[in-house]
Amino acid sequence: MTNRNQILELANKFRWGLGGNLHDALMESIFKEASDIAHKVVITKNEKGAFSFDKKLDKIVTNRWTGFPIMFILLAIVFWLTVQGANYPSNVLSNLLVGELPHILKNFALSINLPHWVAGLFIDGGYLAMAWVISVMLPPMAIFFPLFTLLEDFGYLPRVAFNMDNLFRKAGAHGKQALTMSMGFGCNAAGVVAARIIDSPRERLIAIITNNFSLCNGRWPTQILIATIFIGGLVPAQIAGLVSAGAVVGVAVFGVFLSLVTSWGLSRTVLKGEASTFNLELPPYRPPRILQTLYTSLMDRTLIVLWRAVVFAFPAGLVIWLISNLTVGDVSLADYFINWTNPFALFIGLNGIILLAYVVAIPANEIVIPTILMLTVVHFGLTGVGAGAGVMFDTSSIDATKQLLEVGGWTVLTGVNLMIFTLLHNPCSTTLFTIYKETGSLKWTVFSAIYPIIMGFTLCFLVAQVWRIF
Amino acid sequence: MNLVKSNCENCPVHNIDNLVKLGINMEHFDYVVALCGNPNTGKSTVFNALTGLRQHTGNWPGKTVVRAEGGFEYNEHKYKLVDLPGTYSLLSTSTDEEVARNFILFGQPDVTVIVVDATRLERNLNLVLQVLEITDRIIVCLNLIDEAKRNGIEIDERALSKELGVPVIPTAARQKEGIPNLLEYIDEVATGKYRCKPKRIKNKNPKLRKAVEVLSNEVLKIYPNLPNADWVALRLLEGDEDIIDAVKSGELGKLKKLGAVESTQEIILK
Repeated sequence: MTNRNQILELANKFRWGLGGNLHDALMESIFKEASDIAHKVVITKNEKGAFSFDKKLDKIVTNRWTGFPIMFILLAIVFWLTVQGANYPSNVLSNLLVGELPHILKNFALSINLPHWVAGLFIDGGYLAMAWVISVMLPPMAIFFPLFTLLEDFGYLPRVAFNMDNLFRKAGAHGKQALTMSMGFGCNAAGVVAARIIDSPRERLIAIITNNFSLCNGRWPTQILIATIFIGGLVPAQIAGLVSAGAVVGVAVFGVFLSLVTSWGLSRTVLKGEASTFNLELPPYRPPRILQTLYTSLMDRTLIVLWRAVVFAFPAGLVIWLISNLTVGDVSLADYFINWTNPFALFIGLNGIILLAYVVAIPANEIVIPTILMLTVVHFGLTGVGAGAGVMFDTSSIDATKQLLEVGGWTVLTGVNLMIFTLLHNPCSTTLFTIYKETGSLKWTVFSAIYPIIMGFTLCFLVAQVWRIF
Repeated sequence: MNLVKSNCENCPVHNIDNLVKLGINMEHFDYVVALCGNPNTGKSTVFNALTGLRQHTGNWPGKTVVRAEGGFEYNEHKYKLVDLPGTYSLLSTSTDEEVARNFILFGQPDVTVIVVDATRLERNLNLVLQVLEITDRIIVCLNLIDEAKRNGIEIDERALSKELGVPVIPTAARQKEGIPNLLEYIDEVATGKYRCKPKRIKNKNPKLRKAVEVLSNEVLKIYPNLPNADWVALRLLEGDEDIIDAVKSGELGKLKKLGAVESTQEIILK
């Protein structure tokens, strides 16, 4: 101990002897050297100066008036392409994986005399959950990810951060939070890890807590489907796609807004402090390598995310089948929970099935929609759509899904509130674990889980009240 | 700067054939190579080209926040390649930059490849000069040379190499151009065939030189085998809070085994 302190004392003594500004002097000598060398070896030929195209483009996309509209339009185009493009392949996949294959599997199970409950658990439960996740998620992801990656590759993301910087600073948060937020649009766990680019622990914590307000992979498909059914259904068919895409953008932007509000609230109360300054480099625009981007975003992002969904869907399918088939008295566990939560859930414009689906989907948000559909069938004892309790069934077209949900008592209000609740609920278990690892704090992990749920319930309640007035 | 590929480079029997991408298979390795550089200069792209892995790459600074490791084999030598988060300076404070700094300083890589952005050479050189101060075996990978060309920027890489005293390899990693050349130099520097004579900024102040010497000897008494004790001494003289704290708490001793990056993060987060 004494030795260590002796070193520090010695350093102190020397420091006085050397005079002030040693650090600055050293840095200056490095800067000077770098500048000298650069002047010797770099020749600039371009008369207009390097990156004249970039500068022009930046003037438009980071302009105070045009920057934000361009951002929204780009986002809307991406979603519109996703909504429109995913429909057809989704139907094909669904017919095949959810419609045809289970029959074959079931017949096979019969032919080898598999016990009824085993076939039920693994085919009607595990397999169908997986098949549903693939048919719902693969097409939108296969379109959305490459588009997003192209924008990223081109160099647009830092411009988004640049545009948003002012807003985040006013909210007392770090401007780089815009970047971690963008990462969150892919995956919240990745966004939470990305918050390491923020120096100050206070601002980093804010970025981590608010990352959940970025809709992630697991939640986009739910938004897109519900918007298509309930919002798109309100308008004529020609503009339905556009309006649905607009609604999804609306929810995403609302998430950004809440992220700002929350950052503002935190930095004025428990996480007080000034926003720190930083340098953000706007990298040059690079022509995106289209084929390579298609390949890597398909192989890396789409398949990895899909794999995760599948891995989580199988056990979730088992759970769904079990809670629908295990009964206490005459009531299945699922019905028990649904009936118990229904009064509260209906009061805030949701229903017990949705709440149960979100409990089952804690490991992965991807399986919310399949769970909701399946539980609806079982709970309302619908016949002709499924083959029994706990069976996820064929909803080969969006209309069929819509009819089913309407039988389950869904209105436009339920749709709108589900979209809100999908934005505002606890992060998935992977994200929560990552938050715990990154912050090392149980307190902030619990806060990150509870806070969005409270927000979601409150907002759903308010929307329901306003809705009922009109 | 001329990017006309030599016939050798295009010839299939040339050295790229000696490259075996090992992915994450790197249990046994002969040499450790660190990839460092300013943010968004293409470190991860170079990393992917050498290891065959697919680290996330994208056009924005700060994608890599933890170090990634991969392996490759070249000329019958096995290499472990460490992709570090971007850093502007060895004096920085954010967590992701600490990871890079600590690995370069205390991880003792056999070769340090500094990836620099040819379109922003001057600013990139600040880091290069700092790294030259602390380690001998360095290669400058002059990346994004295609982009520089497109923007009318030419760099005399021979003169640059002479100025710095280390090999300078022009590359366009996205197009995999210059990678064979880079491999060859990594191998030569690692095996000691090529000896770097890195430029060191002359310390004109004899008083400072003396102080660094005395102090670093004291540091070595407590932390024998600590690499770069001179650097630590200099930071102490500058009054760098992080380093002072690390000395005070004894955490400095742990820094030298920077296999364990997690532990440094904890140090810094405190």
